[in-house]
Amino acid sequence: MHITADRERCVGAAQCVLAAPAVFDQDEEGLVAPLTVDPAGADGPAVRQAVHLCPSSALRIDEE
Amino acid sequence: MTETLDHDIPSFPMARACPMHPPAEYRELRGREPVSRVRMPDGQVAWLVTKHELARKLLADPRVSADRLHPAFPGRLTAEQRAATERVRRLSTRRSMIHLDGAEHGAHRKILTGEFSLRRIAALRPRVQEIVDRTIDEMLAAPQPADLVEHVSQAVPSLVICELLGVPHEQRRDFHEWAGMLVSRSVSIRERAAASDALNDFLEDLVTEKERGEPTDDLIGRLIARNRQTPVMTHDEIVGTAVMLLIAGHQTTANMISLGVVALLENPEHKARIAADPALLSPAIEEMLRYFSVVENAPARVATEDIEIGGVTIRKDEGIVVSGLAADWDDEVFEHPDRLDFERGARHHVAFGYGVHQCLGQNLARVELEVVFETLLRRVPGLSLAVPAEELPYKDDAGIYGIYRVPVNC
Repeated sequence: MHITADRERCVGAAQCVLAAPAVFDQDEEGLVAPLTVDPAGADGPAVRQAVHLCPSSALRIDEE
Repeated sequence: MTETLDHDIPSFPMARACPMHPPAEYRELRGREPVSRVRMPDGQVAWLVTKHELARKLLADPRVSADRLHPAFPGRLTAEQRAATERVRRLSTRRSMIHLDGAEHGAHRKILTGEFSLRRIAALRPRVQEIVDRTIDEMLAAPQPADLVEHVSQAVPSLVICELLGVPHEQRRDFHEWAGMLVSRSVSIRERAAASDALNDFLEDLVTEKERGEPTDDLIGRLIARNRQTPVMTHDEIVGTAVMLLIAGHQTTANMISLGVVALLENPEHKARIAADPALLSPAIEEMLRYFSVVENAPARVATEDIEIGGVTIRKDEGIVVSGLAADWDDEVFEHPDRLDFERGARHHVAFGYGVHQCLGQNLARVELEVVFETLLRRVPGLSLAVPAEELPYKDDAGIYGIYRVPVNC
């Protein structure tokens, strides 16, 4: 699983951080700043929820 | 598009049969015609969206505009109400991001996102706790039954916004009084207009003062400083943003506090479980947000191109109302939506909207709700309604659903 996070699209709603705090964080500007772009398998469901919740479609996952 | 005779078009908003449930028509429409035509109070015909999937799709669609100055923007007021409240409306006619589109919206939003990051909100939590403790002290000291709305529901968001915006302590009482009058049913249009003017002038002066002096360490102060570095907003837009933050963060949270407390008191088993294990509070709040979806007649939009969705074509320059409440009661997405199930996992509700306009203050709202409910359960375990829940004065006539008064015994 590989994550692409688009800071340009991000609107700082923090849904990803709430859904998967081990994988996503916010920078000083409140925009998405992933802690890792290749999360461990165990985080999969949380990451998928983060993608589903993101209001601005700023997140994409490529499953391997 | 199928031909619809004029008299077949139902009026919006529709009436509720039960104060805790959405209008029954939503369910029927969702099954038959999830994007359907409705007549708005101002006489215009708009599209009403009642299905969760379609609501999300439309709200994330770049072909819809949030520009309320567009002539087809769905209006919630009748022509008569509009004339009578023209002065009140002044308060909300200044430009702010919730009515901007595209790059302009992005620039306005981005200058604020840092203020609402989870870290910033977490840093505010101790202050929210102090505010909640103080308002509960006042409710406990008041003659019984005391009004939860006056003492807690209205007071907490008002004081938190003062803290956030940097309203000086000595002016908070005035600010709170004006904000309360704007949403009160017991004051006349004239009094409300006066309160609106006073609040508008007050925020104008506050911004002007902060622009003149050294930058202050509060949201408006930092916004001014950031805007100096990279100019995005005019003076008027900064005032408009302050007004927007007040309106958006005040009524919504206030009504969720009132409805949430009633929901807890009406579900004593759930209440006992949450009191014993505060970790259950967070999913319970998501469920309350879904169940009540208080911003029920919004968001409104206008199509900027033809959009094919849900078996119809929404034409360019047609108005759209996306009912978050209807979407959040979609039984394909939330099984038995009429059951208040605190453990269902309702995080994908659209109570805060969806798309690039999704509520920026949602995590502040979550903290306010958590602190209020946790503190009330802990400090006032004997809290009870002084009148039956079904007899409370529900806001059937307001744009944001809620309750006017909640008499409680503490």
